[in-house]
Amino acid sequence: MELAGAIITLIGSIFLFLGALGLLRMPDIFNRMQAGTKATTLGSILFLTGSAMAHAECTCTGKIVILILFIIFTNPLSSHALARAAHFIGIPLAKKTVKDDLAEDEKKEEGGQL
Amino acid sequence: MVNIIYQIAGAIALAAILLAFIRMIKGPTAADRVVALDAMTIISISLIIFLAATLQRVIYIDIALVYGLISFVGIVAIARYLERGI
Amino acid sequence: MTTIIIAVLGAIMIAAAVLAIVQKSLLSAVIAAGAISLLASLLYIVLAAPDVAMTEAAIGSGLTTIVFLFALNKIRKEDKHG
Repeated sequence: MELAGAIITLIGSIFLFLGALGLLRMPDIFNRMQAGTKATTLGSILFLTGSAMAHAECTCTGKIVILILFIIFTNPLSSHALARAAHFIGIPLAKKTVKDDLAEDEKKEEGGQL
Repeated sequence: MVNIIYQIAGAIALAAILLAFIRMIKGPTAADRVVALDAMTIISISLIIFLAATLQRVIYIDIALVYGLISFVGIVAIARYLERGI
Repeated sequence: MTTIIIAVLGAIMIAAAVLAIVQKSLLSAVIAAGAISLLASLLYIVLAAPDVAMTEAAIGSGLTTIVFLFALNKIRKEDKHG
């Protein structure tokens, strides 16, 4: 049980590291946001679960469950608010981008109103 | 054995916080820096749990709860400021 | 392990403070100040002061950032009108 918890913690920390590496190497802000949110959410969930399994006597399991639920609820929400703000203040996309659905929808709505 | 693997996991999380901070230094716009701050917050919550398990104090988990709640409010406030003002 | 954590966190804190001074954009300076208080909270936990760490997390990272943003918002509105 303790060894399994330690290994799950190691996998979670590797996910955290890969998320931070993607944050450093991705070309534009939306790709960075995807790497920095999805990978770190999964990594922190694995890290917290592994910690609760490995050191069960000195980490309170109920509080860790509450913390995991809180991370699952709030992290996509703040990332969505940031992505929406970054799109509307006009930060340019990367050169490799092939499709921008939100800008197309806005253009279509403006054409319909005119 | 368990302790060694656990310490290695903590060291990797510490390296991750360093990489996210390099993006905060380099980031061309302010939105990049906010994304880096968000990632640093999540990684540091994991690091607080690691310290609570290593130093054997249960009360440190409460700090992680408070930190997650407060930083969510702060990041949503920054996003609203970027979009159109609070 | 504790010594390594203190050294790395202290180095990142100094770099964030330099970033907050050098930065031209005000919003980026506010974000760097938030990063400083985040790392200071972690450092207080390593130094075994949990109540100070909780206060730093609530006041330094939450309240100070939001008050700074209110001030920046007022400045931006006055720039638009006058």
